[in-house]
Amino acid sequence: MKTDIVVRVCMGTGGIAAGGAEVMEAFKKLLKSKGLKAKIEKNCTMHKVGCRGLCARDVLVDIVVNDSKTTYQFIKPAMVERIIDEHVINGKPVEEWTVPEDYYLFHSKQVKVVLSDCGSVDPEDIGSYLNVKGYDALKKVVTTMSPAETIGVIRQSGLRGRGGAGFPTGTKWEICSKETSEHKYIICNADEGDPGAFMDRSVIEGNPHAVIEGMIIGAYSIGADAGYVYIRAEYPLAVERLKNALKEARQHNFLGKGILGTKFNFDIKIKLGAGAFVCGEETALIASIEGQRGMPRAKPPFPVYKGLWGKPTVINNVETLANVPYIIRKGAGWYSSFGTEKSKGTKVFALTGKIRNSGLIEVPMGIPLREIIYDIGGGIENDKAFKAVQTGGPSGGCIPSHLLDIKVDFESLASVGSIVGSGGMVVLDEGDCMVNIAKFFLQFTQSESCGKCVPCRIGTKRLLEILERITSGKGREGDIELLEDLARDIKATSLCGLGQTAPNPILSTIRYFRDEYDAHITKKKCPAGVCRDLLSYVILAEICKGCGACKRVCPAGAISGEKKQPHTIDADICVRCGACFEACKFKAIGKG
Amino acid sequence: MIDLSINGLPVSVPEGTTILDAARFADIPIPTLCHHPKLTPYGGCRLCIVDVKGINRPVTSCTTPVTAGMEVTTTSPTIEKLRKTILELILSDHPNDCMVCEKAGDCTLQELAYFYGIRENRLDGERRVYAKKDDNPFIERNMEKCILCGKCVRICDEVQGVGAIDIAYRGFNAKVCPPFEKNLDCEFCGQCVSVCPTGALTGKAWGQRGRQKDIKEIETICPYCGCGCSITLHVRRNEVIRVSSREDTLNEGWLCPKGRFGYSFINNAARLKTPFIREEGKLKEATWDEALDFIADRLGKVKAKYGADSIAGLSSARCTNEENYLFQKFMRAAVGTNNVDHCARL
Amino acid sequence: MTNSIPEIENNDVLFVIGSNTTETHPIIGLRMKKAVRKGAKIIVADPRKINLVRFSTVWMQHRPGTDVALLNGMMHVLLQEQMVDKGFVTEWTEGFDTFRKSLADYSPEKVEKITGVPKKDIVRAALLYGEAKRPAIYYTMGITQHAHGTQNVFAIANLALMTGNLGRESTGVNPLRGQNNVQGATDMGCIPNQYPGYQRVDLPSIRAKFETAWDAKLSDKPGLTATEMMNAAMEDKVKALYIMGENPVMSDPDTHHTVKALKNLEFLVVQDIFMTETAQLADVVLPSACFAEKDGTFTNTERRVQRVKKALNPPGKAREDSAIILELSRRMGYDMKYNLIEEVLREIGGLWPAVAGITYGRIEKWGLQWPCPTLDHPGTPYLFKGGFPRGKASFTPVRYEPSKELPDKEYPFILTTGRQLFQYHTGSMTRKVKELNIVAPEAYVEINPADAERLKIADGDTVRVTSRRGSIDLRALVSERPYEGLVFIPFHYREAAANILTNPQLDPVCKIPELKVCAVKIETGHGGQ
Repeated sequence: MKTDIVVRVCMGTGGIAAGGAEVMEAFKKLLKSKGLKAKIEKNCTMHKVGCRGLCARDVLVDIVVNDSKTTYQFIKPAMVERIIDEHVINGKPVEEWTVPEDYYLFHSKQVKVVLSDCGSVDPEDIGSYLNVKGYDALKKVVTTMSPAETIGVIRQSGLRGRGGAGFPTGTKWEICSKETSEHKYIICNADEGDPGAFMDRSVIEGNPHAVIEGMIIGAYSIGADAGYVYIRAEYPLAVERLKNALKEARQHNFLGKGILGTKFNFDIKIKLGAGAFVCGEETALIASIEGQRGMPRAKPPFPVYKGLWGKPTVINNVETLANVPYIIRKGAGWYSSFGTEKSKGTKVFALTGKIRNSGLIEVPMGIPLREIIYDIGGGIENDKAFKAVQTGGPSGGCIPSHLLDIKVDFESLASVGSIVGSGGMVVLDEGDCMVNIAKFFLQFTQSESCGKCVPCRIGTKRLLEILERITSGKGREGDIELLEDLARDIKATSLCGLGQTAPNPILSTIRYFRDEYDAHITKKKCPAGVCRDLLSYVILAEICKGCGACKRVCPAGAISGEKKQPHTIDADICVRCGACFEACKFKAIGKG
Repeated sequence: MIDLSINGLPVSVPEGTTILDAARFADIPIPTLCHHPKLTPYGGCRLCIVDVKGINRPVTSCTTPVTAGMEVTTTSPTIEKLRKTILELILSDHPNDCMVCEKAGDCTLQELAYFYGIRENRLDGERRVYAKKDDNPFIERNMEKCILCGKCVRICDEVQGVGAIDIAYRGFNAKVCPPFEKNLDCEFCGQCVSVCPTGALTGKAWGQRGRQKDIKEIETICPYCGCGCSITLHVRRNEVIRVSSREDTLNEGWLCPKGRFGYSFINNAARLKTPFIREEGKLKEATWDEALDFIADRLGKVKAKYGADSIAGLSSARCTNEENYLFQKFMRAAVGTNNVDHCARL
Repeated sequence: MTNSIPEIENNDVLFVIGSNTTETHPIIGLRMKKAVRKGAKIIVADPRKINLVRFSTVWMQHRPGTDVALLNGMMHVLLQEQMVDKGFVTEWTEGFDTFRKSLADYSPEKVEKITGVPKKDIVRAALLYGEAKRPAIYYTMGITQHAHGTQNVFAIANLALMTGNLGRESTGVNPLRGQNNVQGATDMGCIPNQYPGYQRVDLPSIRAKFETAWDAKLSDKPGLTATEMMNAAMEDKVKALYIMGENPVMSDPDTHHTVKALKNLEFLVVQDIFMTETAQLADVVLPSACFAEKDGTFTNTERRVQRVKKALNPPGKAREDSAIILELSRRMGYDMKYNLIEEVLREIGGLWPAVAGITYGRIEKWGLQWPCPTLDHPGTPYLFKGGFPRGKASFTPVRYEPSKELPDKEYPFILTTGRQLFQYHTGSMTRKVKELNIVAPEAYVEINPADAERLKIADGDTVRVTSRRGSIDLRALVSERPYEGLVFIPFHYREAAANILTNPQLDPVCKIPELKVCAVKIETGHGGQ
C-alpha cells in the first residue's frame, strides 16, 4: 500500500522561538538516518507552515498519514525519534503527546477566512498556495471583471478596514478609482505596532501570497501602478517570506508588466519601517516612504486624494487585503453571511495576557466576548478571577467583567468606550492594577509620540506624570478630574490618531475602575497589590515559624528576628521587592 | 471663488485658500505658533483649531482648505478652553525666563500667555534640560525654549534648500538638531532665527544689547551684493544692534549671513573718524578745512600744470545714486574730465 | 537683468552660466531654488561643482574660458534640431544668416574636446533650453571677467535671440550685478564715455544738454576706465586720482602693478569708511559715512531704485560722501547747491527720463524699476516687451578664442578667482565683522583631491601659489569642487590677495580684466607651516 506522509512543523515566529527550527532539523536528520529516505522518499514531505494560532502550545507538529492528521504539542527535538519510530514507521500515534480535547475547542468556535490557509500552506512555496486555488481570484478579476465590478463586490461584502478605524474598504477604493492621476499607489500597512499584537505578522508569515493577491486586486480596482508594503524591520521572517513570495509572484507574471496577458502593469516594493509606532498612522507612513521623518500630516487632504508623492493612494491593512481574494473567490454574500449588520465578516485577534490559550484567533464579528475568553481562550490562567479585557492596544480601552456578554464588533465595543482596533486583546485578571495598566499604555504612547503636536508630545507626558504620582502614593485630590479633563482636551486637539486615542486607556479605566484610582489617591493603597510604592509587607506573628528564609532573601536587610521566633520587617528599610513573600512557605507574610 | 461663513460673516476667497487665510483676509484673528505664510502648513501647535459645522471635532484652520458653504466658528468657550490647555502645556515645558530673555516684547508665546492670562500652571511637570552646545558665532540656541513648531526645520529645507536640521527623537524628548547631532552643516543665513516664535533661536551678537522696547527700526537696503534686499536696522543709542527683514519685501524677509549678521563693521572702532593728510611720509590727523583746502589746492595745481585729463576719479558701487551722480558731475563739470569710472568690472 | 527677481520663480528652465549664485547672490539663489520646487529645471555651466549643481538637471563642467565654444555648441544643436524661433528672428533681429554659418564649426563632438563637457550633456542642455516656455539665462563675472568677456556676452545674447527668449515675463537674459549699487553707479554716469542714463559724452547734442543743465563746459573726449587709469598713472599720464569708496589695491588684477601705479601718482585722495589698503597709500584720507548713516537711493541688479535711509550719525567727524563732494566742489569754484538730497534725484530725472517718475515718496516701501518715466508709471519689471529700443537686435558671430594665459609645464594649473558666501568683495566691510571671520577666517586655495595627492598636499597645508606676476602663501582646501587641474582662490583676503596672481589682460571692448583664467603653479614647503 502506498503511504503519503506529510510532516508539518510550525515555523512562525512563535514556533521558531519555541524551537521549531531544531525540531524540523531533528525530523530531517532522523528520517534520513533511519533509512526512510530510500523507503518513502517520494512520499514523505517536510513542510514549514505558518502559525495555526495556538502559540501557547508550540512547537506544534502535524503528522499527516494518508490525509489523516494527528497534531502534537510542546514538541522538543528529543521527542522526535519516538514520534518517527512509533507513528511514522509503525503508524501508531504517540497518544501522550498529542493535543488534548481543548485544542479542538480552541478551533471549533473560530471561523477562518484570512487564516484559513495559514498553518497548512507552505509560505515559502507558491505552488502550495496555488494548490488551494491561490491567485484564482486575481485571474478572475483581471480577465473577467472591470475595476468597478471588483469594487462592487468588495462593497457588497461589507469589508471594513481591519487596521482599526473600520472604514469601508470598497468605498475607499471607489473614491480613489475616481481620481485621475498619472500615478496612483496602493500601500499595505504592515507596521503592526500595538504591544502584544501579532495578527499581521502571522498572516504574512503564514500566507504571504494572500496579502499580495489582495493588493494586486486592489491595485487593479483603483488603477495603481505601484505598491508598497510598509513592514516593520523587526519582523525579519515575515520580510523574508514576503520577499520570496514577491519573487515567485513575478515569476508567475502575477506582478510586473502585462499581468496575466492583460495590459495591467503593477509591481510591489517592500519598505522597511524603523520601529516607529506612529508610522502605522497612514500619513506618517507616507512621509516615511517618501524619506521624511515619520510624522503625520493633517487631513484633509486624505491620502485617497493626495497621498504618496502627492498622488492618490489607498492604504489598507494586511488583514484587510488578505480577505480580498477569499471574498472574490467565494462571493460577497458568503463573506457578509458572517458578522453583524454593520460589521461583516471575521476578525483576527491576538489573544494574550492572563489567558490559558494565548494565541491567534479568527472569529466572526459579533461573537460574544465571553465565548472568546472562556471557550476559545480556555478561561483565565491559574483559575484566577477575570477582571477586564483590554482591546485595541494603546488606542483602546478596557471592558470589565459585567460587560462580558457584549458582542465583539465595531459598534458594540465603541459603545462601551473601547475599540476593535487592529485586534489586540489583552486579558487582565484580579492581580492586575488598572491604574498601572493605564500607566503602561501611556508610557508606550508617550515614548512613541512623534513630537509634532503639542497635546500629544507634552499632554501625554503630563498624563503619564500624573499616573506616576498616583501609583507612587503621591496622588493629589483632584488628580482624577485633572486626568479626565486633560485627557479630553488631548483627544480633541491632537493631530493624528495616536494622540487622539492615547488617553483612551485612562478614560476607560477611570470609567470602570474609578475606585481603584481613589484607593491609590486617598488610601494610598493599590488594591491589586501591584504598585510597589503603595505596598507594605508584614509578618503575621501567629503564623511565622521563625525559619529565617525571608531574612536570608531580603536584599535590604529589613527583616530581623531570632530563630524559631516570629520575625519582623522594618518598613523604613523594606524596599517592597516581595522576595520574602515569595520565599515564605507558610504564607506568614501579609501584603497590602 | 468659494463662499463660506466665518463666525456668521460671509467670506469669499479663492479655491485652495485655508480657513486660516480666509479668516485673516476677513480680519478675524486666530492664534498660531507654527504657521508661516511662506511655508508648508504644519498643523503642529494646534492653536488655530476652529469648529466647522458638520465635523465632529475641531480642525486646524492652517491646514484645512475652505469648501463651499462651510460654516466656521473661530471662537467659543470650548475652543478657547482647548487653546488655553495647549498654551498651558507649552508653558509647562518652557522656562519662565522672560525677565532676561532676548525675545521679550517680540515673542509670540509671551503675547499668547498674556492674552490667555496664564500664570499658575495646573499642568506643571518635568522640563527638558539641554547642555549648552554652541560652537557657531551667529546663532544662539536655547533649546529649552524650543516649542517644536518646526518653522526652522521647514525654512531650512523649503526655502534655503539646505536641510541642516530636523526633528529627532520621540515624544517628550523630541528635539531639533543636526543629523545624528553631529556638527551643524549650515550656511548661517539665519532664516531660522527670523521665524522662531520664541527665544529658542536668537542672534549671538544680540545678547544684552537691547530688547524690543528700546529699539528704533529703520528700513533700508542691504549694502552687500546686488540683490537689493530690504533690511530693517534695529538701532539703539546710535548703534545697530541687530538686522531683520520684513516679510512683505522683495526678498520676502529672507537674508544671507552677510546681510543678517554682517553689520558690526558699522560701529567698528576702526572706522575713520577724522581726515588725514600725509606729512613727511606719514598720515596725520587734520581738520576738514585743512583737508578740503589742501585737496582743492593740489587738484587745481595739477590741472593747471598737466591739464584736466591728468586727473581721474574712481567712484563706488557702495555709494548712493545721488553720490555717484554728484561725483561724476564734480569730475566732469568742476574738474573738467571724463576720467571717471567705478569698479563695475571687478 | 532684463527680468526681475520675483519672475525667477516662474522660469521653467534656468540656465546659469558663470555664476555661483547661491554664494554671490544668496537671495536670488533662493528664488532659483524656489523655481526648482515649483518644477523648474536648472542647467548649470560652471568649472566648479558649485552648490547650485545639487539642484540642477544638467551640469556642464566646462574649462574656464571656453564659454564661447560651449554656447556655440548648444546653438549648433538648436540649429540642427530646428529649434529656432523663426518668427522672432525675422521680426526682431538682423544678421541671422551670417551668424548661422558661423556655428557650423561647433559640433558637439568638437565642443566636447574644447570644453571637456560630454557631448550628450551639451545636447541635453540645448534641448532643455530650446524646448522651455519661460527660460532665462543668468550670468555673472564667470562670463565677463575674461579677455574675451564681450564675446561671451554676445554668445549669450545670440542664444536668447535665436530662440526668441527675450522680452517676456520670466524670459530673458540676466546678468547679476555683484555689488549693491553697481547698477546705480553705471546708471549715474560713473563711466568714462557716458553721462547719466547711458548718454554718450561724444555726441554734441547730448553734451550740450548737460552743459546747459550743469552750467559748465564739458570735455568731448571719452575718459579712461579704472584699469586704464592705473596704466596711465604708470605712464605719468594721470597725475592725480580721487577715489571715493573703492579699494583697487585689492580688487584690481596684478596687485604689484596697482600699488606701483598708485605710488607713482603726484596726488592721491581716498575717501572711505576704513583705512583700506588703498587709503594707506593716499596723500589725503577723508572719513565718510556708511550706508546706514545717509539718505539716498540704491539701484539693484533688476534696475529697482530703492530708498536708503539714515539710521545713525556717522562716527567722529566723518561726513556723508555727498557733503564732502559738494564742499570740495565749492572750494574748487564750482558750487552745486541742493537743499535736500532728493533734489539730486529730481535733477537726474530731468536729464534722464527713465527715472523721471521716481520720487522718494513713491519708493518709501517698495522700489521702482526703471524705465519709470512719469509719476504714474508703475515701473518696468522686464525689458524689451514688444521690441528693442534700437529697432532690430543684431546677431554677432562669435569665435572661440583660448584664454590669454593657459597652463604649461612651468605653470600647470588654471587659477580662477571669485567670492565666497561669508565675505564680500575686498573685505573692507566683512573682514571687520568678527562673526563672519570666525567661519571664514582666511584665504584658501581649492584643489582637487587627485592633484593634492599627486603634490602630497593635505587639507589645511600651507602652499605657495605662483603666477608669472607674483606668489602668495595660503592654506590648501582639498575639495571635489574644482576638477583636476583647476584651482580656485577667493579674492577677499589681503594676507593672500588673489589678485597678486591674476592676469591684467583686458577685454578690448569693455576693458574688463581676465580675472577668471590664469596659469599658476603650486608648491609646498614654503614656511608658514
